[in-house]
Amino acid sequence: MNSTDNFEFTESSKRRCEEIISRYPDGRKQSAVIPVLDLAQRQCGGWLPNSAIEHIADYLNMPKIRVLEVASFYSMFNLKPVGKYFIQLCRTTPCWLRGADDLRNIAIETTGCKLGETSEDGLFTLTEVECLGACCNAPMVQINDDYYEDLTSKSFKNIIESLKQHNSPSSGSQLGRTGSEPASGLTSLTEKGISDVS
Amino acid sequence: MLADSDRIFKNLYGKQDWRLEGAIKRGIWDNTKSLIDLGREKIVEDIKLSGLRGRGGAGFPTGVKWSFMPPEDKRDGRPHYLVVNADESEPGTCKDREILRYDPHILLEGCFVAGYAMGANSAYIYIRGEFYNEASNLSQAIDEAYEAGLIGENACDTGHTFDIYLHRGAGAYICGEETALLESLEGKKGQPRLKPPFPAACGLYGCPTTVNNVETIAVAPTILRRSPGWFSSFGRENNTGTKIFSISGHVNNPCNVEEAMSIPLKELIEKHAGGVRGGWDNLLAVIPGGSSTPCLPKSICDDVLMDFDSLREHSTGFGTAAVIVMDKSTDIVEAIARLSHFYQHESCGQCTPCREGMGWVYRVMQRMVTGEAEIKEIDMLWELTKQIEGHTICALADGGVWPVQGLIRHFRHELEHRILSRKTNNIANHHVAATAAE
Repeated sequence: MNSTDNFEFTESSKRRCEEIISRYPDGRKQSAVIPVLDLAQRQCGGWLPNSAIEHIADYLNMPKIRVLEVASFYSMFNLKPVGKYFIQLCRTTPCWLRGADDLRNIAIETTGCKLGETSEDGLFTLTEVECLGACCNAPMVQINDDYYEDLTSKSFKNIIESLKQHNSPSSGSQLGRTGSEPASGLTSLTEKGISDVS
Repeated sequence: MLADSDRIFKNLYGKQDWRLEGAIKRGIWDNTKSLIDLGREKIVEDIKLSGLRGRGGAGFPTGVKWSFMPPEDKRDGRPHYLVVNADESEPGTCKDREILRYDPHILLEGCFVAGYAMGANSAYIYIRGEFYNEASNLSQAIDEAYEAGLIGENACDTGHTFDIYLHRGAGAYICGEETALLESLEGKKGQPRLKPPFPAACGLYGCPTTVNNVETIAVAPTILRRSPGWFSSFGRENNTGTKIFSISGHVNNPCNVEEAMSIPLKELIEKHAGGVRGGWDNLLAVIPGGSSTPCLPKSICDDVLMDFDSLREHSTGFGTAAVIVMDKSTDIVEAIARLSHFYQHESCGQCTPCREGMGWVYRVMQRMVTGEAEIKEIDMLWELTKQIEGHTICALADGGVWPVQGLIRHFRHELEHRILSRKTNNIANHHVAATAAE
């Protein structure tokens, strides 16, 4: 773990950066700025200190302002520290129609932090975000890299409580759907040999 | 109803193996060389004949788009690029996610065939950053395809080199706009470019580029295998083929489903999504094609067909075929205000009418939710949306104001009712307060 004042990539991150840059034509390594910022954010525990932005600017031969511009434009980059579990609540209409407000209330109650805040123990950061693109499994939230879908107040509360106990609750549909098939049974892809449930 | 044998996405629900072995069992990568051997012109011609229109929302004829790429005899030495738009972010839309995580090889095969048809030797797949696990599957599928010699040098034994690279975004709806996506892919803020020049002339790194949606690219190999006539036998003229519909909101069983184009909306909802919660008569309104498309009241939903032309006749759009259903318990003004919040949040800030206008629309909409407004402001809000529409570089602002226009068009009575009842309540409260004070 780097100190926030003096960011440097670890050896394994460096190798990963080189692999990322190799995806783009010669002279186009600026294209790597988003994936490289993502890598730095992971290394720093979920946020980007100024020193990481400066380091990446040097690394990719970009003016620092261009890197900062990217880091502040895209919603997935955090310019302030976040908790161990970064909870993003989808607030857009398809999730709202199916109870996003209830989930927001549960999140505030259970984590003890308000929207935009990090809990005192550093375990949770709560934020409301726009559509995460899993509307047929609404309502849903994202916690770190994973989607938790088909939530109810009860199942969501259990997930947060489980995280408090440092367990890893299973992600995906909490109704046991594999994906976005109709919950009461398939209406398509049922003919033998086409959708073999194995 | 579409027969399973005519469904292109046979692992839409992830019931089968998404990896190469499973994909091969589903017929993906089956003699892909024979498709490449058709040649550039024939592939483009077949896609034109199939009637395929872009599945990302705009519905531009795909074959025509591909034909804009410089032909072999007009090449000037610049590389050509295929860029796949997997930045799925239009509220209500969650179909590409299923392809990316459960059938990544169907997309990869499509990339090779489509890329070849436009003279490209490489493709970039730009996937929204939040789709971390989906990107992980796709990345593993790319590795498998390289290892099996399906892509890379001498891909599928065709003698052609074709590389596929994955690029993760970092959260920005605007990057679904094709030129913003290219800016983002070049390592910049995702702000749309002025057109012309169009990407086919000057796109990624200043080279000829075609940007296509995931579903558009993924259906191409099946169309070529089964013939353009097979594909165009579904749906109505000018609206052909099969399509993945995302049905969300107040239905008993929200789901993605692949169906024939031009299916009646009511049939789609009742057959696949278990019907509207509380029955069809409990329906208030439907947003038919993703958040940008204006809502329709029940009276139109009763018999409207789900295709480009039918929905355009009703002043809305087919968009991404993401059907958001709202029953009679819905506060329709709040539902649309939430979308206004979405667009003001997602405006890239480049064009003044969008940057300022989206916030303005949202602020007025917040007052419309509570009724804290004047009746004349309904017309002012309409006029505001008309001042924004068509006055920006890209279509985000258009998509941002259309839902509000749909609300005013079909639910003006609801807006008036809120304003008037708030006024009546205020007068009554004032009267009570005055009486109490006496």
